[in-house]
Amino acid sequence: MTEKVTVEIVTEVDIVTARKLGRKEAKIIGFNKVDQARITTAIGELAKNIFQYAPVGKIIIERIVKDDKKGVSITSIDHGPGILDVQKILEDGDSYGGGLSSVKRLVDTMHILSEVGKGTTIKVEKWLR
Amino acid sequence: MEQLKRDYKIILSNYIHNQNESNLYTGQNFIKRLIQKNVSPEEVISIHKQALEEIIEDLPESTIHAYDFLIEVMVHFGLKLKEHQSLLMKQEELRIEMEVAARIQNTLLETTIPNPENLDIGMVSVPLRKMNGDYVHFMHDHKRYLSIAVTDVVGKGVPAALCMSMVKYGLDTLEYANSNPSYVLEALNQLIEKSVDDSMFVSMCYSRYDLETDIFTWSSAGHEPPLYYDSREKVYYDLESKELLLGILPEVKYSQHDIKLNENDFIILMTDGVTDFRKQENFDPRQYIKELALSCRHLNAQEMCENIYKKLQVLHNYELEDDFTIVIIKK
Ligand SMILES: Nc1ncnc2c1ncn2[C@@H]1O[C@H](COP(=O)(O)OP(=O)(O)OP(=O)(O)O)[C@@H](O)[C@H]1O
Ligand SMILES: [Mg+2]
Repeated sequence: MTEKVTVEIVTEVDIVTARKLGRKEAKIIGFNKVDQARITTAIGELAKNIFQYAPVGKIIIERIVKDDKKGVSITSIDHGPGILDVQKILEDGDSYGGGLSSVKRLVDTMHILSEVGKGTTIKVEKWLR
Repeated sequence: MEQLKRDYKIILSNYIHNQNESNLYTGQNFIKRLIQKNVSPEEVISIHKQALEEIIEDLPESTIHAYDFLIEVMVHFGLKLKEHQSLLMKQEELRIEMEVAARIQNTLLETTIPNPENLDIGMVSVPLRKMNGDYVHFMHDHKRYLSIAVTDVVGKGVPAALCMSMVKYGLDTLEYANSNPSYVLEALNQLIEKSVDDSMFVSMCYSRYDLETDIFTWSSAGHEPPLYYDSREKVYYDLESKELLLGILPEVKYSQHDIKLNENDFIILMTDGVTDFRKQENFDPRQYIKELALSCRHLNAQEMCENIYKKLQVLHNYELEDDFTIVIIKK
């Protein structure tokens, strides 16, 4: 069974709500304080990007289980303008500290699906060690 | 990680009980271990918090909250640190690439100084950075003629080096040791004007030496004027020619001039890196070089070049600001 929370991102307050719910889930799953902070930071960056660029969308937080591992997945979905060159953004961000490349460092896996004019879906996972 | 936590707890506990220098020193050494293990700043704070909770039983709630707050904000410090590390790695990659490129350039632009019977030739060419924006091209057909091209690309580093490769290719294909200097410059100008970026210019002094008659024939495209020392009159002549750099306009015509060299005469060909004295005011660099060269004219051409280079290095406090190339031919 998977637990799932969805937060609609419309105003800046919703970013905080998403962070709050994410931290709660992370804690329940058993992540320590440091990883809770990392998961929350990642959610905050994804939600902020929706708010800044989409400008509406949603964040889905799920508990996930694979074999005997537990973890959390965060999916950000919007129907905004999409990202033109994902690779460039990840590379540039790697040197200049963009939100997306930070997220990539904070989690275990990240998948980006973005189509210009249609929207962006980003899914990240982090596993309990 | 668990071992690190236990060790830290002991070190911290020691310090709390006895605030002496030796405990602090141990603490600093411990941090080095954490850095080696790639432990992030937020983790360090978390380790500290946990140790403190275990050492002091009734830690106030507010202190615990304060630590949680610090962990939270330190996540971004951790990210910055990783960014920094990835920048360092990229820099290292670039450095290695540069080194390879410089090696390729060196091989590509390698020149051997000809050694004809009646003429003494010397050269020093030192790049400011890894890639040289100056280039000297010699050609000697082992018969009557010998040619020397001294080139300076306006601009530095990789772009200049790429441009230089093309100049070298041009020289290789169109030049024969007996070609007329004006013709060589006109043809090279066409080539560069057509194929190189608009912001890229090349200055060149192209000369041909006739070993039978000792006639030195030269043409210059916006290049630092060579110096000719007439040993009979004991005077220097600046071989001025106000002609256009290569690559600015198509169809430029260049003039050429002849000088007959007599015993003990010499000619100094150089790039503007030699005469560039930005820091010194009220100082005539060309005059300085004239005097320097005179003072060592008893040496052979190669020794003269090296001597001038060394003297200028000292004058500039070993901080030359440009690629440096000097060629001396001496009868
Ligand atoms: N959901 C999105 N929809 C459209 N474009 C996006 C989205 N998320 C990111 N982008 C584009 O990708 C770029 C990089 O995003 P990223 O979060 O890495 O950095 P940033 O938002 O510019 O800076 P920071 O996150 O550090 O404030 C953004 O400038 C934006 O153009
Ligand atoms: Mg962002």
